[in-house]
Amino acid sequence: MAAAAASAMLDSLPAPLLRSLRLKTKQQELLLRVSALALIYVLAFAVRLFSVLRYESMIHEFDPYFNYRTTLYLTEHGYAEFWNWFDSESWYPLGRVVGGTLFPGLMVTAALLHRLLRALSLAVHIREVCVLTAPFFAANTTLVAYAFGREIWDSGAGLVAAALIAVCPGYISRSVAGSYDNEGVAIFALLLTFYLFVRAVNTGSLAWALAAAFGYFYMVSAWGGYVFIINLLPLYVLVLLVTGRYSQRLYVAYNCTYVLGMLLGMQIRFVGFQHVQSGEHMAAMGVFFLLQVFFFLDWVKYMLDDVKLFKSFLRITLTCVISVGTLALGIGTASGYISPWTGRFYSLLDPTYAKDHIPIIASVSEHQPTAWSSFMFDFHILLFLFPAGLYFCFKRLSDATIFIVMYGLTSMYFAGVMVRLILVAAPAVCLISAIAVSATIKNLTTLIRTKSKSPQTTGKVTGSKAAAKGAVDQPLPFQHNAAIALLLGAFYLLSRYAIHCTWVTSEAYSSPSIVLSARGHNGGRVIFDDYREAYYWLRQNTPTDAKIMSWWDYGYQITAMGNRTVIVDNNTWNNTHIATVGRAMSSYEDEAYEIMQSLDVNYVLVVFGGVTGYSSDDINKFLWMVRIGGGVFPVIKEPDYLVNGEYRVDKGASPKMLNCLMYKLCYYRFGELTTEYGKPPGYDRVRGVEIGNKDIKLEYLEEAYTTSNWIVRIYKVKPPKNRS
Amino acid sequence: MPKAAADAKLLIQSLNKAYAATPTNLKIIDLYVLFAVVTALVQVVYMGIVGSFPFNSFLSGVLSCIGTAVLAVCLRIQVNKDNKEFKDLPPERAFADFVLCNLVLHLVIMNFLG
Repeated sequence: MAAAAASAMLDSLPAPLLRSLRLKTKQQELLLRVSALALIYVLAFAVRLFSVLRYESMIHEFDPYFNYRTTLYLTEHGYAEFWNWFDSESWYPLGRVVGGTLFPGLMVTAALLHRLLRALSLAVHIREVCVLTAPFFAANTTLVAYAFGREIWDSGAGLVAAALIAVCPGYISRSVAGSYDNEGVAIFALLLTFYLFVRAVNTGSLAWALAAAFGYFYMVSAWGGYVFIINLLPLYVLVLLVTGRYSQRLYVAYNCTYVLGMLLGMQIRFVGFQHVQSGEHMAAMGVFFLLQVFFFLDWVKYMLDDVKLFKSFLRITLTCVISVGTLALGIGTASGYISPWTGRFYSLLDPTYAKDHIPIIASVSEHQPTAWSSFMFDFHILLFLFPAGLYFCFKRLSDATIFIVMYGLTSMYFAGVMVRLILVAAPAVCLISAIAVSATIKNLTTLIRTKSKSPQTTGKVTGSKAAAKGAVDQPLPFQHNAAIALLLGAFYLLSRYAIHCTWVTSEAYSSPSIVLSARGHNGGRVIFDDYREAYYWLRQNTPTDAKIMSWWDYGYQITAMGNRTVIVDNNTWNNTHIATVGRAMSSYEDEAYEIMQSLDVNYVLVVFGGVTGYSSDDINKFLWMVRIGGGVFPVIKEPDYLVNGEYRVDKGASPKMLNCLMYKLCYYRFGELTTEYGKPPGYDRVRGVEIGNKDIKLEYLEEAYTTSNWIVRIYKVKPPKNRS
Repeated sequence: MPKAAADAKLLIQSLNKAYAATPTNLKIIDLYVLFAVVTALVQVVYMGIVGSFPFNSFLSGVLSCIGTAVLAVCLRIQVNKDNKEFKDLPPERAFADFVLCNLVLHLVIMNFLG
């Protein structure tokens, strides 16, 4: 962060080292800039390595395990097999068309990096490449942020933007080492596409627009969030048209990017024909046609010399175009050819939609609205630098600053609706804050460097307009000292930001969530590796064609590490299948046995945190199983499991709750266990109560394995009796 | 509405007069754009007659016509000597960009054709 100020203070800085190298000012500046960027690059990579250093180099969470498994398949079987892969190991008995239902960008990128390293004779395992892909692309994002900042404002702002985004917690949360998920690569692609598009609009060159189309293609291949790009670009063009900034550079840039980008995007099987059929993509097409109309009108105006004639022509054309456009849109929507906005994106416009209609979307904790504390946690000082940056952008409006303002405002709105989308807002917030920081520090350092008597450089220089005005302000008293104090204050704030970010990364965002750790009585760290213990038990002790039933959260991990077939997994593409599993978990044991027989289930896996105090276990998720199951099978009613609207597991719980399959499987033999000193046996440390049904007998299942801390429990489904 | 008819006639006449003054190279590009758009329209009419299966072939056909028309219009903008914004862009560079974008366009179309 000091580099921006340093480059501004270069002349007055006594730098014997640089002078002794006998470099000219321009070369000094170049050296400082390049070294600052190199340090930022290394910083962005290094700050994300906490979990690799603390635990080991492993994949975190749930979704990355699917990505890892598909990447493994890609490296082992080649690209053609991967593209046409039908996976019969998940969603038994339906299977899943993997080749057509994933975004291949991440896997192909990791596989290419792996092949490149292999070609350089560095024999690394694909898992290491997968773990470190996200930090590598985060480091590349800082370079793109530098280029983008330089395009919007100047190179000082670019450097600050790179530094801010290198450590921004909003971005780090989804791109730590081990978090092998689409967002790690997608944010790089997003910022790259935006940078290339803004450059194309600024230069009007077809080559840059082509590059932007390729950036968009990479984004489409990497993440479903590409819908944001395909809606922001037309919105931006519309704003430019409305504010009278139509230019032929804009025409060239948008048209080339849209047509080529749309074509390239349709090459991804998962996206398919959505660019011409889905309501979410219609804005881009509408603006495409609107731009043609604008160009045509512009051309006719240029050809005709008579203003009145042109005005009448304008009136006729506009009425024709608007009526044809609305007619086409109306027919398309009414006939159902243009599909309406899907639930995932509609819930962004109407946040209450998911809770009533799609409980699976509502149940994910990342999809909840954002609290102010999350904003502060993830952005720190950027939160108040953002409005300051907006002020500076409005003072110097150009095509590029209008773009970044729009990107910032729209992404902040969506970040307020859904916690997960703070990630998309992070680059915009960093860029706009960088403008504020850079402009302020430039002003302050200019103030410090002025001699008090000279009339040309007195007064706050707020951009080139002030210099052109020629007004001379009298120097305020203590101006020099005040400027130094403010500068020191700015540096203090930036250093606090850096400290906050590294603390947040270390404490909150570096947990692998498949390995848990806690502090023991004597302060030493206790590691719970129960998940992997259970999955490896499954891998080594069950027949290879065994089918495992569990809640959908663990599906990817079971297939990746346990190498067994699962009934449902995190893809959640079939709501009825998940509801069937939910119904089985919430029914009495005999009804559940019938359902398990129909699904050919051999083993059931549940997660239980009562012994360790681990609160994301299946009993806490149970009500969602009931809701999702009840959404499809009305025989499951949520009030049956509650007592006076309250969710209880102790003696006062409802009888259905005390005898359902999930309760029995979680608390089997738990009534004999003493978990805490001074509490009765069967004390559940998460719910904080003594359980109600201690004497559990299982008729159709038998306990197969319980991990050392009772976190994962596996039960074998008994075959039907010979005599009924 | 005689006034509207007279207006329209005057409009068309003045447009014709102004268009006759454009340089020949731009007229060639305009002819190419017209050809591409007409081809696209022919394909849409054909699709209306025989149905849209396979949809990817139809889309690739139409989009190749629209795409090359749009790129030709971009070339026209960049080559037009009256455009002040593109004053210092050499026409060779504009044409090279045009060829490159067309190459990418047609490669993607060949992949999409099925």
